[in-house]
Amino acid sequence: MSTPEEKATAAAKAKEEAMRKLKERKAAAAGGTKPSASEPPAATVPEAQAEKPFSEMTPEEKAAAKAKAIAEAKAKAAAKKSGAEVPAASEPPAATVPEAQAEKPISEMTPEEKAAAKAKAIAEAKAKAAAKKSGAEVPAASEPPAATVPEAQAEKPFSEMTPEEKAAAKAKAIAEAKAKAAAKKSGAEVPAAASEPPAATVPEAQAEKPISEMTPEEKAAAKAKAIAEAKAKAAAKKSGEAAPAPAAEKPISEMTPEEKAAAKAAAVAAAKAKAAAKAKGGADTAEPAGDDDKAKAIAAAKAKAAAVAAAKAKAAAAGAAKATGGAGAGATDAAPSTPSPKQPVLDLIVKTITEKVGADAIEESYIRANSKDMPTIVVKREKWLDVATLLKNDPELDFNYVSNLLGIDYKTHMESVTYLHSLTKRHSLSVRVKTPDREDTKVPSIANLWRTADWHERESYDLLGIVYEGHPDPRRILLTDDWVGHPLRKDYVQFDEEV
Amino acid sequence: MGTVTTEEMMLNMGPQHPSTHGVLRLIVTLDGETIKKVDPVIGYLHRGTEKLAEDLNYTQIIPYTDRMDYLAAMLGNYNVVHCVETALGLEIPERAEYIRIITMELQRIASHLVWWGTFLMDIGATTPFLVAFRDRETILNFFNELSGARLTYNYMRVGGVKWDVPPGWVERVGEFVQYMKKELSNYHQLVSGNEIFLKRVIGVGTYTKEQAINYGLTGVMLRCTGVKWDLRRDEPYSIYDRFEFDVPTATEADCHSRYRLRLEEIVQSLRIVEQAVAQFPKDGDFMAKVPRVIRPPAGECYTRIESSKGELGTYIYSEGKDKPYRLKFRRPSFVNLSILPELLQGENMANTVAILGSIDIVLGEVDA
Repeated sequence: MSTPEEKATAAAKAKEEAMRKLKERKAAAAGGTKPSASEPPAATVPEAQAEKPFSEMTPEEKAAAKAKAIAEAKAKAAAKKSGAEVPAASEPPAATVPEAQAEKPISEMTPEEKAAAKAKAIAEAKAKAAAKKSGAEVPAASEPPAATVPEAQAEKPFSEMTPEEKAAAKAKAIAEAKAKAAAKKSGAEVPAAASEPPAATVPEAQAEKPISEMTPEEKAAAKAKAIAEAKAKAAAKKSGEAAPAPAAEKPISEMTPEEKAAAKAAAVAAAKAKAAAKAKGGADTAEPAGDDDKAKAIAAAKAKAAAVAAAKAKAAAAGAAKATGGAGAGATDAAPSTPSPKQPVLDLIVKTITEKVGADAIEESYIRANSKDMPTIVVKREKWLDVATLLKNDPELDFNYVSNLLGIDYKTHMESVTYLHSLTKRHSLSVRVKTPDREDTKVPSIANLWRTADWHERESYDLLGIVYEGHPDPRRILLTDDWVGHPLRKDYVQFDEEV
Repeated sequence: MGTVTTEEMMLNMGPQHPSTHGVLRLIVTLDGETIKKVDPVIGYLHRGTEKLAEDLNYTQIIPYTDRMDYLAAMLGNYNVVHCVETALGLEIPERAEYIRIITMELQRIASHLVWWGTFLMDIGATTPFLVAFRDRETILNFFNELSGARLTYNYMRVGGVKWDVPPGWVERVGEFVQYMKKELSNYHQLVSGNEIFLKRVIGVGTYTKEQAINYGLTGVMLRCTGVKWDLRRDEPYSIYDRFEFDVPTATEADCHSRYRLRLEEIVQSLRIVEQAVAQFPKDGDFMAKVPRVIRPPAGECYTRIESSKGELGTYIYSEGKDKPYRLKFRRPSFVNLSILPELLQGENMANTVAILGSIDIVLGEVDA
């Protein structure tokens, strides 16, 4: 985390950028953005924000995106007056405007930022109101994660509203903006958790119903929830990752292991917080209606994805699945309740290895349900040759056939995966051997045990640079002998003499 | 008499040799006519399919599998979609399964027919090649009707197949099966009893069961040693458990046994196609309900099928995105070829082509 000073400067910078960007936009009057994937995440370049999913932005980028989004909303409102409808989907940053505010926990904001956020909220409400006057569809309404939009439109696409409803919606929006400002003052970051899948229903609930329409009980419940959530966030933060909200928003697949862990923790904490809030709250505010079903489904899908990603660590997975259930989503299939039919095989293998090679040889063992119940063990690199010898020669195991062998570059380390099979016992096993990092890629060779591993290991060396120690013929196999680099590595850059 | 001194000779066979079935290069060290050492050089057809796949979504990967084993593209198609379907836990509609079974088994027959023709051409018989390609053409025409292509079909999809079968197609396949059953006796009459042929293949290129397993050989290369191992029977995928068929094995493990087994496998494939045609569902979907963007759940998945060459596997490590993080094909041609240096050591040079031919490799698959 950056210091408040840094943040303030970053925010100022971002604002400047946004202004510049706005000018540029006016000049160019074009929606297209330059490719920016290679841009550093410092994101002083405004194009980067337009291209990047919100979830991947740094706080500085988000701030800038916010500013930009507001400017854009205004521009749009103007555009709408002229009769042209701006498609919402193509403008992700605009849709994420309220999110942007929600994004940053108030507690992390500097006083300047808070003031700015408030001002923005008001500006936005105005911009929206203007947009509404024109009768065009409000961009945010058509967005699936409408739940994260605290405004009342989340319930109904604006274009479908009657004039009366529109007026009401406007009133609501204003009321809500006020409510939000108030909430911010109180320090609880109300909409912040909207981006967190399992917790999504909480702020949704608030978005659902304008504060002004709430009964005192409901209000109390909402407050309690907000507090609970703030707590949950704090807990999630304790788990080690800097900003849980952005982490949860990111697709699980793009997360680093640390982020995943944090997300998981956040999911669990959020579920707990929610349960607590429910217990306290009387009204059924957590039940989103209408268009929010979509948002709910998305939240559920996200939670599900989280649950799947967590499958490796069983306990954690179970927790995530619970969290999913708590959020009211139908992700019941995340953790298999019945033991796998292959469990006895895995138990036998683990037992034999523990007895004959040592208890420290196996780092991990599990069954992968979505890969035909494949028993899998992670073997310590130093012990792999011993384990392999045992697996091949033990009469009970008798793995006489290597079905497949490959290497993977996990960016943090390399892995050599071997698929073994016994043609006599008819059981299979997948063995993973990890290297400590990407540089030290030595793995013991098993080519002298199973001759078929010879070419497989050569291929793995050739394409990934995993060095198989003790290999009888360690040459490249598919590429030419003078090839530079290992193409399947994620950091591979093709060698070109002329460059 | 003075002592005769000899020296070893290095001989480059390929990569443009007609009997290497593509671009395989063998560096042969000869002592007279006896092979001392063979070093296969592969990779001339390496296109980096696995690397390319990392930037492709799962549907886009399918055409690349056409070009691996280009003599059995349907099996290559199925190989990758099967892995994705397993990872997703998809239910495939009946009709799609039957279409797949019929196409895969016809493909196996076509692949074996090419092998039969080219193998015999390698060892000096030209006529069988023409006979085999005539019948193979009928199968290719069937596939052409389905997919619009003769070799690179790109026909299977995650969840089913791209197009339904045209009207009357299944019936005509049934007629072809009856024709082919009779026609096979002509194949035997033409070649199987030929004295010269038998002298070239009996007792040539033998290895033991233990060697075969140790080298990871699969398919006919393994079954010719007496190991009854066929993934269609032992790890049934798709709907193979609904059909009756035998897994032919032999014990001699020579080129002749491999020849016999492949012809016998054609008979078994015809049996499966016959049953599939009889059971073919009158209607139904040929495509499952599949999400528009296919994202297998995060984690890894390895599946394997019995291709015409052996165990054809796909390994996918997914991060839950629409593109694989790592994709690896376990190619039977690649693995089966690895025993070649051992088989050729001490052999007569003239047997090289017979032994290499009997392995049944496709270089597109060896190199990937």
